[in-house]
Amino acid sequence: MSDTAKTDGQGEPEGVGAANAPVARKARTGLLIAALPIAAFVVIGWFLFRGLSLDPSEIYSVLIDKPAPTFDLAALPGKEHGFSSADLTQPVQLVNVFASWCVACRVEHPVLMELKRSGAVPIYGLNYQDQPDAAGGWLQNFGDPYDRIGSDLNGRVGIDFGVYGVPETFIVDGNGIIVRKITGPITPTILQKELLPLIAEMQK
Amino acid sequence: MAPELGQYALVLALVVAAVQAIVPQVGAYRRDAAWMGVAPAAARAQFLLVLFAFGCLMVSFISSDFSVVNVFENSHSLKPLIYKISGVWGNHEGSLLLWILILTLFGAAVAQFGQNLPPTLQARVLSVQAMIGVGFLSFILFTSNPFARLDPAPFEGNGLNPLLQDPALALHPPFLYLGYVGLSVAFSFAVAALIEGRVDPAWARWVRPWTLAAWCCLTAGIALGSYWAYYELGWGGWWFWDPVENASFMPWLAATALLHSSIVVEKRDALKSWTVLLAILAFSLSLLGTFIVRSGVLNSVHAFASDPTRGVFILAFLVFVVGGSLTLYAIRAPSLKGGGLFRPVSREGTLVLNNLLLSTACFTVLLGTLYPLFLDAVASEKVSVGPPYFNSVFVPLMAPLIAALAIGPMLAWKRGDLAGVMGRLKFVAALAFLTGLGMAWYAWNIMPLAVLGMALVVWLGLGVLREWAERVRLFRWDIVESWRRARGLPRASYGMSMAHMGVALMVLGITASETWQEEKQVIMRPGDVQTVSDFELTFVGAEKVPGPNYSATAGTFVVTRNGQPVTILQPESRIFSNPPMETTEAAIRSTLAGDLYTVVGEGDGLGGYAVRLYYKPLVIWIWLGALAMMIGGMISLSDRRHRIGAPARKQAGESGTHRDPGALAAAGAGD
Repeated sequence: MSDTAKTDGQGEPEGVGAANAPVARKARTGLLIAALPIAAFVVIGWFLFRGLSLDPSEIYSVLIDKPAPTFDLAALPGKEHGFSSADLTQPVQLVNVFASWCVACRVEHPVLMELKRSGAVPIYGLNYQDQPDAAGGWLQNFGDPYDRIGSDLNGRVGIDFGVYGVPETFIVDGNGIIVRKITGPITPTILQKELLPLIAEMQK
Repeated sequence: MAPELGQYALVLALVVAAVQAIVPQVGAYRRDAAWMGVAPAAARAQFLLVLFAFGCLMVSFISSDFSVVNVFENSHSLKPLIYKISGVWGNHEGSLLLWILILTLFGAAVAQFGQNLPPTLQARVLSVQAMIGVGFLSFILFTSNPFARLDPAPFEGNGLNPLLQDPALALHPPFLYLGYVGLSVAFSFAVAALIEGRVDPAWARWVRPWTLAAWCCLTAGIALGSYWAYYELGWGGWWFWDPVENASFMPWLAATALLHSSIVVEKRDALKSWTVLLAILAFSLSLLGTFIVRSGVLNSVHAFASDPTRGVFILAFLVFVVGGSLTLYAIRAPSLKGGGLFRPVSREGTLVLNNLLLSTACFTVLLGTLYPLFLDAVASEKVSVGPPYFNSVFVPLMAPLIAALAIGPMLAWKRGDLAGVMGRLKFVAALAFLTGLGMAWYAWNIMPLAVLGMALVVWLGLGVLREWAERVRLFRWDIVESWRRARGLPRASYGMSMAHMGVALMVLGITASETWQEEKQVIMRPGDVQTVSDFELTFVGAEKVPGPNYSATAGTFVVTRNGQPVTILQPESRIFSNPPMETTEAAIRSTLAGDLYTVVGEGDGLGGYAVRLYYKPLVIWIWLGALAMMIGGMISLSDRRHRIGAPARKQAGESGTHRDPGALAAAGAGD
């Protein structure tokens, strides 16, 4: 600390009278500029702290406990059925929003395949803003876990569902009410610890 | 036994680090040589202790000691040896230990190679370095013990994530950490300089090699990660603007800016305060990256299993390191006096432009990465920011940077002659313009940006050569004289040309592969033929092949061009059992002209297989460009000015002192 004071004293001779004011103002501006980074960091740090108590994949949707939107979507090429809100008739079903351009969907995909093999619950696909051919190729390459798929070319239905990012999964009950939403890929942990218990609960 | 010894070594290392943090700092304040002398010895001891601990963990992994939780969770007895070894850092605890190992390695290196530093500066640098060490060693000991035991010991481990069982990914973290942690040295130098209240050209000359070394490693680490994504994820993409990728890219941008601004401090004694700030920011961004990856605040496919207590700890540490250093900066920076003045059009001017653009780019990446977090915290909304944002803000920032890159090195220091430089570059400019015109005719309907991209490639590539030709007076004097000059040029100059050429090559690879990529996703049966670019691919068939710890579907393509055999490609899709997971192993025929990229998927049960075939022209130049940048950095690092010239450094240090009456007074006051 004492070093600075001396450096200042030597490097910047104190002005007398009129010269003093501009020097002081310049010093103040310098201090303000130098304090900018720490001010910016305080703001960022606050957000990071808030971020710790927020779960980026936690359920949040205005549609929770509300009916799923009404829609009727065309089939992908080579598929017999499209997907419409009238299909949501099972006691519990998943509506999975996916796209072939989405890397996280690729990560999620084996989990969905496993879920499909277990036959625990019907999975419906909402193919979000995707090239139908690319989506078809994707399903051919990696397998098709979906009972029905609707092609949401322009993303309209996705907007109705309040889709923020792909993948997202909605759990819909027998009355067509959205019970839960999972943002981001369904990991094996989420599947085992959250999804399967919830499904079992709802199927009782 | 090994795990207990390892843990004991870590505890000792923490104690040593605490001593190293306090004693030399006090010693430097009191100008006490004995107290300052503690620093180098402690730095070496710390390194040896952590190295020993790391060795202990490695022994546990190699011998598949599943009584250690970490080994049980991340290894498997059937795994090939190399992945048992890379499994050491393929998880949170182990990678943290690697991080600390590298941190102490750099500390020991400063102790070893920094013997010609002024004693107070060296003591303070090592003390700051040890403070970081205390933070990380406490972090690992209190929240993430890699040596925790499991009783009873299971017979078999869970296995390493199959995506990580890959040679490039075995090397990716060590390089990345060498880069991240290498920036800690620049940080420690910056903080030490702020404590000393003195930044001069000699300081910049000491900091530069460390920054350069860290930058080279960071470049290599990012390039390896990107190449891994290219061939392992099976989509031919190489950069996804994922938060974890961004976490490594932000320090790189800051380090690149720092490399350039420290030149100005070294040569012209200007931009001091800014350079110190960049050194602090570069390492802060490394820490922020660590926080993002390990706290789970942002969703990412790469994220380690997250844990709130760890998040709180890293955040507290982040606040201490970044908050502390920036506060120190706010107090001390106003007293750092700028030295050399310069005109806007000058070498310094273009370096300032470089810094403005790079730091703006860094800020936009930061903003895009943290935006989902901001929105979540303020409005409880979940968004993800994807490639469209980054691409649309990045191109407008990089284009002027690359345009200026050809001009900057040709401008004189202090006051440059832009008209003269443009005169010398007029043929280059004309060729770049013609390339743009040609591209407008050829590629406008495919991708308008290709026009800009290719014009910039020609502009920068030829600009770099033109600059070199200018330096050796090629064709202006006789060739013997040019040869003599070429040999006489400092290595740093060749390093710069090489690295800048790397940028041009990378832009070439990106532009060409994005513009002229061909892609086919089809079902193929044995005997089917598909044409991609001018290759004919005959699908021979696919069969189940057992691997060491997976079973694979291996497809075979015979590739011909105009009927002439070219090669045989055998992509695989692998199914791992421990943990259950599917990976694609693309088969790629890589040539300098372009990559033929094949992926085989599941069978349709009727004898057909889903395949993806791509042709990506010049794509390999993306990574060759990165390699050129890294080699450029290494050539520059090997410049004798960085290696020897200790007397020269000393002289520079002294003359710096004389130029700065404030520092002289401070030194005098200390004596």
